[in-house]
Amino acid sequence: MTTDKPGGQVPPAIELRGIDKRFGAVHANRAVSMRIPRGKITGIVGENGAGKSTLMSIVYGFYRADAGEILIHGRKTEIANSAQAIAAGIGMVHQHFMLVETFSVLENVMLGVEGGALLKQGAAKMRAEIERLGQEYGLRVDPDAIVGGLPVGDQQRVEILKALCRGADVLVLDEPTGVLTPHETDQLFRILAMLRERGTTIVLITHKLREIMAVTDQVYVMRGGEVVAERKTAATSAEELAELMVGRKVRFAVEKAARSVGSMLIEAQGVSLRDERGLRLLDRIDLSLRSGEIVGIAGVSGNGQSALLEVLSGIRAPTEGRLVVLGREIDASKPCHPSEMRALGLAHVPEDRHRLGLVGGFSAAQSSILGYQRDPAYCGRVLIDNADVTRRAADLMERYDVRPRAPELRSAAFSGGNQQKLILAREIARGPRVLLAGQPTRGLDIGAIEFVHRQLMTLRNQGAGVILVSAELDEILSLSDRILVMFEGRIVGEVPASEADERRLGLLMANVRSEAAA
Amino acid sequence: MSQSGRALPRWADIGLLPLINVALAVMVAGLIVLAIGESPWKAVRIMIAGALGSPEGIGYTLYYSMNFVFTGLAVAVAFHAGLFNIGGEGQAYIGGLGVGLAMLAFDGELPFVLLLPIGLVVSMAFGAAWAFIPAYLQAHRGSHIVITTIMFNFIAAAVMVYLLVNVFTAPGSMTPESRKFLEAAHLPMVHELMAKLGIKMPFTPLNISLFVALLACFGVWGFLWHTPWGYELRTVGYSEKAAIYAGMRPKRVVVAALCLSGALAGLVGLNEIMGVHHRIFLNFVAGAGFTGIAVALMGRNHPFGIVLASLLFGVIQQGGAELSFDIPSITREMVVVIQGLMILFSGALAHLARPFLEAVFALRREAVA
Repeated sequence: MTTDKPGGQVPPAIELRGIDKRFGAVHANRAVSMRIPRGKITGIVGENGAGKSTLMSIVYGFYRADAGEILIHGRKTEIANSAQAIAAGIGMVHQHFMLVETFSVLENVMLGVEGGALLKQGAAKMRAEIERLGQEYGLRVDPDAIVGGLPVGDQQRVEILKALCRGADVLVLDEPTGVLTPHETDQLFRILAMLRERGTTIVLITHKLREIMAVTDQVYVMRGGEVVAERKTAATSAEELAELMVGRKVRFAVEKAARSVGSMLIEAQGVSLRDERGLRLLDRIDLSLRSGEIVGIAGVSGNGQSALLEVLSGIRAPTEGRLVVLGREIDASKPCHPSEMRALGLAHVPEDRHRLGLVGGFSAAQSSILGYQRDPAYCGRVLIDNADVTRRAADLMERYDVRPRAPELRSAAFSGGNQQKLILAREIARGPRVLLAGQPTRGLDIGAIEFVHRQLMTLRNQGAGVILVSAELDEILSLSDRILVMFEGRIVGEVPASEADERRLGLLMANVRSEAAA
Repeated sequence: MSQSGRALPRWADIGLLPLINVALAVMVAGLIVLAIGESPWKAVRIMIAGALGSPEGIGYTLYYSMNFVFTGLAVAVAFHAGLFNIGGEGQAYIGGLGVGLAMLAFDGELPFVLLLPIGLVVSMAFGAAWAFIPAYLQAHRGSHIVITTIMFNFIAAAVMVYLLVNVFTAPGSMTPESRKFLEAAHLPMVHELMAKLGIKMPFTPLNISLFVALLACFGVWGFLWHTPWGYELRTVGYSEKAAIYAGMRPKRVVVAALCLSGALAGLVGLNEIMGVHHRIFLNFVAGAGFTGIAVALMGRNHPFGIVLASLLFGVIQQGGAELSFDIPSITREMVVVIQGLMILFSGALAHLARPFLEAVFALRREAVA
């Protein structure tokens, strides 16, 4: 064995040699070689579709490589299914959790390793193990809690516990922070650091560079199925990695032209929303949006942002207070249906794009008229002109760079970023006067994020008003003219963009009353 | 992503797979015939000859198929809205009741040109009304449509028995059936029309419901894929949340979809009551409502597929009748078994052959690549 850079004399925990994988015409991995050193955190970054997830699926036995070999602790290992991967000490935390929501934490962790026909003994042992791991790594979860009722961050801990209880010494995390709040992300990183200290090898797949810079020891950059670079984290920068990922210079900051706000588009006074049990999801919200501005809504997710978008878009009527949207007065007795809102010129890019923004089983062309199916542009008195819909969809896909340019392809078959572009195209193309954008760049790669940001900025400069809800503070900071911070259904502070910084917003988001709460 | 490498070409998915399913069902049915001690070959020959070998056979086959087209469309429309309408049987029954009532009331007073549209509208309206109650309960009260529509089949049956025994039966008559309608309330038979054109055809129950069925197919196709209402119906079927986001009203769509479904099922009444029997009697639907489920499944909930599947089930119905006539050891019940096998293989086991077929196509693709 040659002396290698990261691992020293110890063979790496995982070594990949010339892994190659094709799916039909798509060459997902091209001769990928990697050395994942023991007891370190290795990052793998790349845009959506760069081949990261495929590579890890091969390591975990979901797919078989067409060529190449895998060495675990220096020994050549065949991994044909996930059982063999687990036996080899590899644990995987998937982007979409593989948990039984109606089971308790303990039952989920025990799944597949029940240990005998009667559960009692195995359960007692597993309970002790969960207790021990919780102490040792700060992975605290109540073993008797029902998984479905836990916050997302805790569910992820259950996934990590599952892997550790099966004796994993290599932990692969696929986009682990995509669903987490900033606070939960910090907690996750503390846990990862703790695991590393105790000798666990960690592979972190992500496209968020800040995370790579924050926690990893070394990083591999993938592009187009290949490894294009290997760096020590300490010896690189987010800018360099971004360039390597995209293959060109990336501009993080969006150019913000001087703002000239105009007429009032949305005005909310004391708007509240109660759920069926009478709990306040929104608590006396005052808010205004004028033309030519982007108002950012910051806040840890789950503090009422979703409810706010639902009320503003007409999906739910406010239970108290008064709302004027584009001249239409709305209150509990005069709700405004989403279709009416659209007719007024309000467009909505929903937070949950998979389930709301488009219909997975429809073709892209069909999804491209969702919400506008009665628009006289393609719908006569009775018939929808499908040929015209397809033609327009093709045109939209061209203008908004939706790939592949296949209007007849099922919406669900597009990658997340391209689905989002399709939704944006649909909502923006008609030149709305108000755009509600919920987490518009969640899960997107850098190139797509840049694109979305430019679109939002263009819309603002053309005189529309934009409400931007995002969990990414960077995004809020770089795009917004004014920033509102939400906490437990209330707006706890407003900061002009010129005076905002992460610290100040962070304090407001945590609702720490101090000089920030102006 | 992973699936793209294994998916079937469209033609194989829509055409080949159902054919394989039918072939499997026929094979198993053949084994059963063999077990009874008869020759499967002979049975198949008799069935096909009986259903398609003579103008008379063809007429009967098409007549049976019409009912399946109506109920198949009914199931498909509901399915596209994400609803499983098992109540086709009852909706068809009540649709027939509606036609019967209208004809009994007006057959002496109005001419055929008015009775035909009345029959059409009434059969659909009664079917829709029977579907409306479960639809409303589903949309506004959360009662599961599968349960309620099944129960409504029983209620429909009970109502019909009551009405026939206590209301319609002529005084002194021993059979629970209404009086026969007058001539004006009879749908023209196809063989009569052909005779007018100078083409001689033997008597069959095939009537102008045939054209209603074809129109219904075309109408459902246009409605589902070419109108905003159809678009909304399908959106609700895929995702209620997306529908709400898009400004639709899912509850209304659910009610409307099920009423349309019931209306289509009600047209069975037109075919049976106004077209063939010219009176109201017990059990004229004879399971067509349930067969419609299999027809829709097999036809992939598309009108074109439903027509093909209906023809297949029509062949089984007519050919099966011939079969039990020619080979007495194969009883009517055996024909039901064959029908059941068709439903089993094209419904419950519809994807049985899929992995095998996918492997075959993957191999072929590799060979090409």
